[in-house]
Amino acid sequence: MDSAILSLAGAFVLSIIGLFVFIWSLRKGLLVENPAAASVIFARGEIGHTDDPAAADGERRSLQAAASEHGSAGHGADAGELQDRVAADRSSAFPVFMFIAFALFWLILGSAAGLVSSIKLHEPDWLNQQAWMTFGRLRTVHLTAVLYGWITNAALGMILWLLPRLLRTPLHAPVWTMLGGALINTGIAAGIGAIASGWSDGMEYLEIPWQIGIFILVGFVLIVLPVLYTLVNRKVEHLYVTVWYTVAALLWISLLFLVGKMPGVHTGVQQATTNWWYGHNVLGLWFTPVSVGAIYYFLPKIIGRPVRSYNLSILGFWTLAFFYGQVGGHHLIGGPVPGWLTTLSIVQSMMMVIPVVAFSINMAGTMKGRMHLARYSPTLRFMMFGGAMYFLSSIQGSLESLRSMNAVTHFTHYTVGHAHLGAYAFVTMVLFGAVYFMMPRVLNWEWPFPRLITVHFWLAAVGIGIYFVALTVGGWLQGVAMLDPARTFMESVAVTLPYLQWRSVGGTLMLASHLVFAGHFLAMALRFGPQRTGAALFAHSRELEVVYGK
Amino acid sequence: MENELKLASGAMVALGVATAALVVMPYVEVRDVKPAPQLKPYTSAEQRGRNVYVANGCVYCHTQQPRDRNLGPDADRGWGRASVPADYAYDKPHLLGSMRTGPDLLNIGARQPSRDWHLGHLYQPRAYVPGSIMPSYPYLFQVKDAAEAKQEGDQPITLPPGYGPMVGQVVVPTPEALDLVKYLQSLDRTYPVLPPEPKS
Repeated sequence: MDSAILSLAGAFVLSIIGLFVFIWSLRKGLLVENPAAASVIFARGEIGHTDDPAAADGERRSLQAAASEHGSAGHGADAGELQDRVAADRSSAFPVFMFIAFALFWLILGSAAGLVSSIKLHEPDWLNQQAWMTFGRLRTVHLTAVLYGWITNAALGMILWLLPRLLRTPLHAPVWTMLGGALINTGIAAGIGAIASGWSDGMEYLEIPWQIGIFILVGFVLIVLPVLYTLVNRKVEHLYVTVWYTVAALLWISLLFLVGKMPGVHTGVQQATTNWWYGHNVLGLWFTPVSVGAIYYFLPKIIGRPVRSYNLSILGFWTLAFFYGQVGGHHLIGGPVPGWLTTLSIVQSMMMVIPVVAFSINMAGTMKGRMHLARYSPTLRFMMFGGAMYFLSSIQGSLESLRSMNAVTHFTHYTVGHAHLGAYAFVTMVLFGAVYFMMPRVLNWEWPFPRLITVHFWLAAVGIGIYFVALTVGGWLQGVAMLDPARTFMESVAVTLPYLQWRSVGGTLMLASHLVFAGHFLAMALRFGPQRTGAALFAHSRELEVVYGK
Repeated sequence: MENELKLASGAMVALGVATAALVVMPYVEVRDVKPAPQLKPYTSAEQRGRNVYVANGCVYCHTQQPRDRNLGPDADRGWGRASVPADYAYDKPHLLGSMRTGPDLLNIGARQPSRDWHLGHLYQPRAYVPGSIMPSYPYLFQVKDAAEAKQEGDQPITLPPGYGPMVGQVVVPTPEALDLVKYLQSLDRTYPVLPPEPKS
């Protein structure tokens, strides 16, 4: 046997063995259900109580009424445990607010840059006098701003808010996390400035120059350390599945960034494989686990019922951990890389069906008979939309890795559509929902205009719908044209034009939804608007009870 | 403590396997490839041009990896033979790319050796390729009075009729544009690749 087959078989067998070892060590009996672990997110007596701080008063009552039809609500929740939660929330409030505020700033900047880049693809002579406004730079500004600026900041804010709650322990050393956040955002701002001025490391997803990357890496370390310290000193026995996903994701992204940005190590083709190892793992081992972990918390919390199967969620975690890391090679199909590498990645891409189906079955089971609750809960709408899109984008990704389909979609706008289905329709929508849920607790202030949440949801949902359909159809036609030797290359360009224009339409709606979102956030943070239900950010704990609904 | 250890060690093992497969193994496998004697290292002008290519994000629309016939008609389009790892021995950062909004460029120097074509095409792609959606790059050029340019010894570029500036003005490339074109002209991997040694 040659080395290629040996190595392929070796890596595959190793990951399978590793998978089973961990499943075995986690649960001796995988099929024995564990409702206690699934209920960790609730205080004693809290199951049956719905919870959506983003809902208006009337909606909140309707939500509770609709949920109660399916089983009586318990008695009052344990006051002591609720006090623990209030203390946990208060410990993280200021860092969370900081991360979310940064995230929103980058979201607006990044999506504006994205829209301009999109228009440039069908108006190539528009805004071309300045170097920083050229497509190649502005597109990268968009990517850096939304991936590192928006998603990473929002994800960090969410993790810092969730962990103290789930561990029932106040966040240790929140000042460190804020220092880390300051460093990360300094790095992002400097990186975007560098890219716009033409200083770039030149690899997709890794454009931020490594010298600036040091800031980001140190920032991550300053966040990981307090998180680990809080984890080790926790007050609960069980680690809820969200903790598994989010803490592992934090460790992964720190190491990914370190290896990916290591200067002077990677060259040529090997650098390309590292590039896509990193590029796909940012999605697979950072955005995805964070967002899946978020759904595992918020969805059951809103409807007041634990997830259907705790063990299935743990199975999903370990299969994701072992399979997702190796899928990046399919980006180099047909390229000058060892053949076994693409094959390995295709195999693991197909294996990704396991965690995705585990998640989807679990969520469908949890939501069964309760789908209508989305009518009353704005946060639930975002979470359900995101969860459904996770299923779609992952299944699409698995199919897309297959050689027959990859041959058509590779090098086309189809891939861009797929990336947005994952990063926007799934990850970003989940993060929107999380922000809507978290902020009333962080600021102790209600969203002043609940109607705007609905406006935001529909603008974003319709926008990404148009965007995705346009690029999927246009990209497919482009790929078919490119594979046909009888047609000139220019035909593959011309065929995409109407779809690129539709993409700009979708992008406009998405940007509009972000402006609504940011405006609403500002109104809330500045205490502008009609409702006033609680005290200011650093209020006495007694006054906080208003929003906590006791 | 048990759970935290499982979490951290499991996460690290998973990432370790992935890193071994996608980073370390390719490193071991292509570490020793020797570039063909016909492939020369970039000259300093070409390397500067390559930096201009990186700075302006050309890689986001142009690949540099012609594929094998069974994956696409790249050879029929004149983009060259399927590339091999040795073709990239001097490439840092790699510019393989992932999009073909425009054509593959690994052999653009062989396909389009004309300096004037490249300069004019960068100034206004639609003057040469109708329907092109490539951005024009006016910031890589200077529009000057013809007399002034002549006095300073500049070499204006020639443009197709209708695409030049106003009468009495000429378009002069900046040093960045000249370097970029030198890099594009250097892109030529048309030399033959020796077949791999037969397996025993």
